[in-house]
Amino acid sequence: MKNKKRHSLGQLLLAGPYTVWMVGFIVIPLFLIVYYGLTNKSGAFTWENITAITSAVNMKALWLSVELSVICTVVCLVLSYPLAMILANSKMKNSSLTAFLFILPMWMNALLRTLAWLTLLENNGVINTILTKIGLPTIHIINTPTAIVFGMVYNYIPFMILPIYNVLVKLDKNVINAARDLGANAVQTFLRVILPLSIPGIISGITMVFVPSLTTFAISDILGGSKILLLGNIIEQKFKTANNWHAGSGLSLVLMVFIIVTMVISSHYEKDGESANVW
Amino acid sequence: MRKVRRVLAVLLILALAATCFSACGKKSSGDDQVVYVYNWGEYIDPDALDMFEEETGIRVIYDEYETNEIMFPKVQAGAVAYDVICPSDYMIAKMIEEDLLQPINFDNIPNVENIGSIYKEMSEEFDPGNKFSVPYCWGTVGILYNKTMVDGEITSWSAIFDEKYADNILMIDSVRDAMGVALKYLGYSLNSTHEGELEEAKNLLIEQYPLVQAYVVDQVRDKMINNEAALGVIYSGEAIYTARENEDLVYVVPDEGSNVWIDSWVIPKNAPNVENAEKFIDFMCRPEIALLNFDYITYSTPNVAAQELIEDEDIRTSKTAFPDDEILHRCEAFVYLGEEMDEIYNAKWEEVKSGQ
Repeated sequence: MKNKKRHSLGQLLLAGPYTVWMVGFIVIPLFLIVYYGLTNKSGAFTWENITAITSAVNMKALWLSVELSVICTVVCLVLSYPLAMILANSKMKNSSLTAFLFILPMWMNALLRTLAWLTLLENNGVINTILTKIGLPTIHIINTPTAIVFGMVYNYIPFMILPIYNVLVKLDKNVINAARDLGANAVQTFLRVILPLSIPGIISGITMVFVPSLTTFAISDILGGSKILLLGNIIEQKFKTANNWHAGSGLSLVLMVFIIVTMVISSHYEKDGESANVW
Repeated sequence: MRKVRRVLAVLLILALAATCFSACGKKSSGDDQVVYVYNWGEYIDPDALDMFEEETGIRVIYDEYETNEIMFPKVQAGAVAYDVICPSDYMIAKMIEEDLLQPINFDNIPNVENIGSIYKEMSEEFDPGNKFSVPYCWGTVGILYNKTMVDGEITSWSAIFDEKYADNILMIDSVRDAMGVALKYLGYSLNSTHEGELEEAKNLLIEQYPLVQAYVVDQVRDKMINNEAALGVIYSGEAIYTARENEDLVYVVPDEGSNVWIDSWVIPKNAPNVENAEKFIDFMCRPEIALLNFDYITYSTPNVAAQELIEDEDIRTSKTAFPDDEILHRCEAFVYLGEEMDEIYNAKWEEVKSGQ
């Protein structure tokens, strides 16, 4: 958008719907959240909805949310990086088709996929039935944080694979060849060339996994048996059951702060990643 | 690529324009008869709607909600004007208090005589004088248990607080129901507003937390059918369905008593098509239609004429579907406790759920 040529009427017209969309469905709702978050039921200004986060119930939910999202993000990263490397380096003609296959499950509704995990993990579920049939001890992870992490990793792993794959596939092979020519072994090449160059992909993957896991409530509801409250669940309850939009918005604002912090850190690292490029 | 983008943009504009036209068109077509119905999810036989449309020529525009609490703000805000809604007892009381409902002209609903008088008496608690509501479905809250997984017969709420059944209990995930069960077990009213009693109920539920396998509402059905748990707190309407699917399941209203609830048709104050709303309610009160709905949703019907039409004797005489007066005597209906009390209940329930 750097060219400052005058926009024709047609261009303005075409941009119109997009602007309406942005304002109507992003900007206005955001202002509404801020408004509700900072007022009480009679409409007077208050910090109460924000400071509510310090109550024991909310603090516990917040830390559990952060803990589970961090675990989920780390698991996703550990699983995705090797996979992305394999995909990027594969000699297959259709490596993009393989990558596509990993995205394919996303064509199905996320709730349905999570419900499928419920059927798999339940005490009398598919996995346990098979385990019992072949005489192995059964697993009991449904309604525990472990089950929630399972669900989160399964749902969000494509968001980690894709950006890393995208970075790796565009990596100039000459850089790697040069490193090897100059005497670096495979480990050194990976640690000092490939890994630093792929940091932008890793960072955007981390953001794209961490943020939705931090705010999820559907996955924790289904796989945690509503027994494990994440902050997302508390916010959902405030809106749906308690009919207290002010309290719900206040907590959402707190969560937004965490997300903004994540974004700031990631944008900072992305710049570092670029400056680390020794071209 | 540019071309594609341009085409896309044009398509977007067309789509926007189309939605505008259709939205505007809806309002202007005044002679087209419609009735806007807002009901619980899976709470009517779709055939009944078709039959109504065919007979009266009134088009039914049908929306669904999951809980009273989701429905209320939508109606209160008046953003969407419905003609007929089907809230529960305590919510009707709240809506009357907030002046959101209009009195029903029963002259236009002759079939209301099919509704049993006991249900009108029960309605007095939340709708004094039966001015605003026509009962549609009713039931109790109780325990559904699996014969093969418990010792002997279950007759008391104590079972769901028993360590013997640790990790085998499905608790109901709904504030008033859960608190109500605990209050009843402790021998209090489930409409208690006494701080000490509520605190006791909360502590009981916190003690129960480690024993609970999951907090559920809709999922209790499938989980009990799949033998996932030994006991579950459930609405009586689901019990008929689950017993059909898994014959080991037994429903009981515990001795300490429980909640009896009624969902009734009401007409909101801002209803645009009152006449059609009356026709709709009258149609739903016909014995054949009430029976059709009962067979489909398996929630007990207050329509006595329909009760007599039920062919299956086991169901017609079933205490689950139609508990006798002795059981009903032990039960209480929910009363709307006011906004302040709502908040206290919610805060206590949140503490329970977080396992503090």
